[in-house]
Amino acid sequence: MTRYILTRVLGAVLMLVVTSIVVFGIFFIVPRLAGQTTDQLAAQYVAKDPSPEEIAAIKQKLGLDQPVVIQYGRFVKGIVVGREFQFGPDTEYCPPPCFGYSFKTQRPVWPDLVDRLSVTFSLAIGASIIWLVAGVSIGVLSALRRGTFFDRFAMIIALAGVSLPIFFTGLLSLALFKPTGVNYVPFTDSPFEWAYNLLLPWITLAFLYAALYARLTRAGMLETMSQDFIRTARAKGLPERTVTTKHALRATLTPILTLFGLDIGLLLGGAVLTESTFSLPGIGRYAIDAIGNNDLPQVLGVTMLAAFFIVVANLIVDILYAVADPRVRLS
Amino acid sequence: MNRRKLTSITAAGLALGLLASCGGGGGTDNNGATGFNAAAERVVNQSTKTGGTLQGALSSDWDSIDPGNTYYAFSWNFARTYGRALTTFKTGAGDAGLELTPDLAQGLGEVSADGKTVTYKLRPNIKFEDGTPVTSKDVKYAVARTYARDVLPNGPTYFVDLLDAGDYAGPYKNKDLNAFTGIQTPDDQTIVFKLKQPFGDFDYLVSSPQTVPVPQAKDTGAKYLEHPISTGPYKVDSYVPGKEFILSKNTNWDASTDPNRKQLADKIDIKLNTNAEDIDNRLLAGSLDFDVAGSGVQASAQSKILSNASLKENADNVFSGRLWYFVMDEKVAPFDNIDCRKAVQYATDKVSLQTAYGGPVAGGDIANTMLPPNIVGHQDFNLYPTPDNKGDVNKAKEALAACGQPNGFNTKILLRSDRPHEVSAGEALQQALAKANIKAEIVSVPAGQYYTRFAGAPNYMHQNNIGIAFTGWQADWPTGFGFLQQLVDGRTIKPQGNTNIEEMNLPNVNALFDQAAASKDPAQREQIYGQIDKAAMEQASVVPFLYGKGLLYRNPQMTNVVISFAYGMYDYSILGIS
Repeated sequence: MTRYILTRVLGAVLMLVVTSIVVFGIFFIVPRLAGQTTDQLAAQYVAKDPSPEEIAAIKQKLGLDQPVVIQYGRFVKGIVVGREFQFGPDTEYCPPPCFGYSFKTQRPVWPDLVDRLSVTFSLAIGASIIWLVAGVSIGVLSALRRGTFFDRFAMIIALAGVSLPIFFTGLLSLALFKPTGVNYVPFTDSPFEWAYNLLLPWITLAFLYAALYARLTRAGMLETMSQDFIRTARAKGLPERTVTTKHALRATLTPILTLFGLDIGLLLGGAVLTESTFSLPGIGRYAIDAIGNNDLPQVLGVTMLAAFFIVVANLIVDILYAVADPRVRLS
Repeated sequence: MNRRKLTSITAAGLALGLLASCGGGGGTDNNGATGFNAAAERVVNQSTKTGGTLQGALSSDWDSIDPGNTYYAFSWNFARTYGRALTTFKTGAGDAGLELTPDLAQGLGEVSADGKTVTYKLRPNIKFEDGTPVTSKDVKYAVARTYARDVLPNGPTYFVDLLDAGDYAGPYKNKDLNAFTGIQTPDDQTIVFKLKQPFGDFDYLVSSPQTVPVPQAKDTGAKYLEHPISTGPYKVDSYVPGKEFILSKNTNWDASTDPNRKQLADKIDIKLNTNAEDIDNRLLAGSLDFDVAGSGVQASAQSKILSNASLKENADNVFSGRLWYFVMDEKVAPFDNIDCRKAVQYATDKVSLQTAYGGPVAGGDIANTMLPPNIVGHQDFNLYPTPDNKGDVNKAKEALAACGQPNGFNTKILLRSDRPHEVSAGEALQQALAKANIKAEIVSVPAGQYYTRFAGAPNYMHQNNIGIAFTGWQADWPTGFGFLQQLVDGRTIKPQGNTNIEEMNLPNVNALFDQAAASKDPAQREQIYGQIDKAAMEQASVVPFLYGKGLLYRNPQMTNVVISFAYGMYDYSILGIS
């Protein structure tokens, strides 16, 4: 088990290194292939009508005048041991993990990411609880009452949930239920206000996922219920309740769990559409701005964070697999 | 002509406003003061009521709230709540809002006989938020730090370009302020600017937040934006880029030293990066007071407002100060021939371009001059009139014959692919030109590098045979000089970041700019600006088609609301909440 976890962690770190190299490559090499010079790259970070001297100064300050390999080396060094920046009268030390200073706002990237993570985390945690509980229970009920009115109705709603994009359901629910808008309040300031304001984004986001989970659970349950071991369980004379919850549901949950882990990982990397629609200052909004501004340190920071969550979620899911499904054994 | 008309409307509006406030009798006056476009004509909801929180929102991030490092019109407007520059724009409707008035200074600049020295005396008893007195050295330092372009890259470079300061590189490389020779401070109240050459609009230049005093001991360079030291009625409580910006009353601001601003609301709370549709919904629902960007509501809110009388009376349809136009590059054939350029002038259907930009309310008014109506120097004229501004194919064909291309020619239209209005406008122009046998191919490129790589790089234009390029412009200060110099003065043509895209370089136009710069008489300057506009239009390489407008919505709870012509949006320095 320890050996398994260790190899997976090592793989995860390698994955993150590859991700950062790819982002660096896209930022520096792709524009160069399209014929862009470093001067043109640097000119984006100065006011309109920059003089050649200004461009040279900004290039030097941002380190864009160095070869890409050295810039990448500096980036890695910052994450591991921190870096020093000269952005005013004094030299600033940026402690590890230092993702550098934003080219546009000239603020260190990491503290901003941590600050926004609380918003994204709040959104993800509430929504995921709602969709997991609602999605799985509707799915199970639908499967058990296959063909009934409840089943058909639930599946039509689920179809709507999967099909309607979040910027539509989000704007619609805002207009209907909260035209005054959603104002994020940190949990530590007021847990009630926090939950009250996040309720609408939670439900909107959960609607999309719950629908997906309901359909998956229903299909999984139907398949499991026709398996031999269920027949055996029934033949043993187990009560129907034990058959469905202890045997069928447990087997159905394994793929749902995988999906759940990955979805949470993805969400923590930023629920871009939900955060934009409800104007929540989370990682997703940050990512959009970073890309819009072509702000390399911000893009790198947000990509690495998102990749980190995906990798970690994958790892946890793999370990939980063994716990949830007795048929899976780690060697 | 148009300016005079606006002035008379303003006067009538002011009279009405006064009458209404007499009738109100109390501190707040809500009766009959609102109405569509009311804030363009008078100060709406005049009140002295204090307290409450003004709620604002912005759909994007702020470039920076550091007064020395910001370059958006809304930011310059809003900076006045926490910073006082040497001069500022008067509070008032119509042309009154274009007038300069002293702010930190006691009067407008005293210009020396040779025009190269401008002196201001500071008002006494002005303090920073921590109670220390503001001196001329703090203003000098504020300007000095804008020389550090590697640390504060966002602001304009007018001071760097104009002041006689040698190769001074800012106070971070050399902490001794005496090394900065562009400004002298003989005593704590006097500040003397040394210019390389005369500059008539200097009083406008010092109205920019770059002259908002910064105490050297408190300057943290790029981090100063976390807490700029206030001199205005409000001070910064917290600022988190991309998230929020909160201000509260500055107790060391003294109303008796500041005739221009008001300190009514207790707090100003601005949420950044708020979804644009969400902002509109909040505005209409009354939970938001103003959209800081001041560029107008989105399409869906526009139709809601215009179709609902009670919403419409809280809306204003105003000039943003922006001009939408396209140019023909005089160095790219066949536009090296003035008659070929005239053919395009006549063939253009400006109504279809206006429609592409959203029609008269969301887009703006049809333009036939470069200077928009809310810029000092604007004159009404039309050198290439066509019936109803819809284009004149016959005249276009006559011009084509005159330029030796009776069967038309081929050219390319450059535009920004991620600007939907511009894309539709490009297609509309393509169709209009086709009627006159001018076949245009559309080349679309990303907006992010439009001026550094494409339209703003003459080499790109020549090598790719781009005849026509779409663009838009807003001045840094509302005079003909501030508006036109970067567009038509041939000496401003640059290898990249070029805004004189048509590459116009006429000795007579360039000379007019020098004349205006040297003139100490505002009326004479205003006249020269009109002449420049006309002379540039005679060259036929610029086709202005729209004076940009936006539909702004004001929360009826907001007090002292008036459109500032200088910024093309509500004046943020006097707002209150009832």
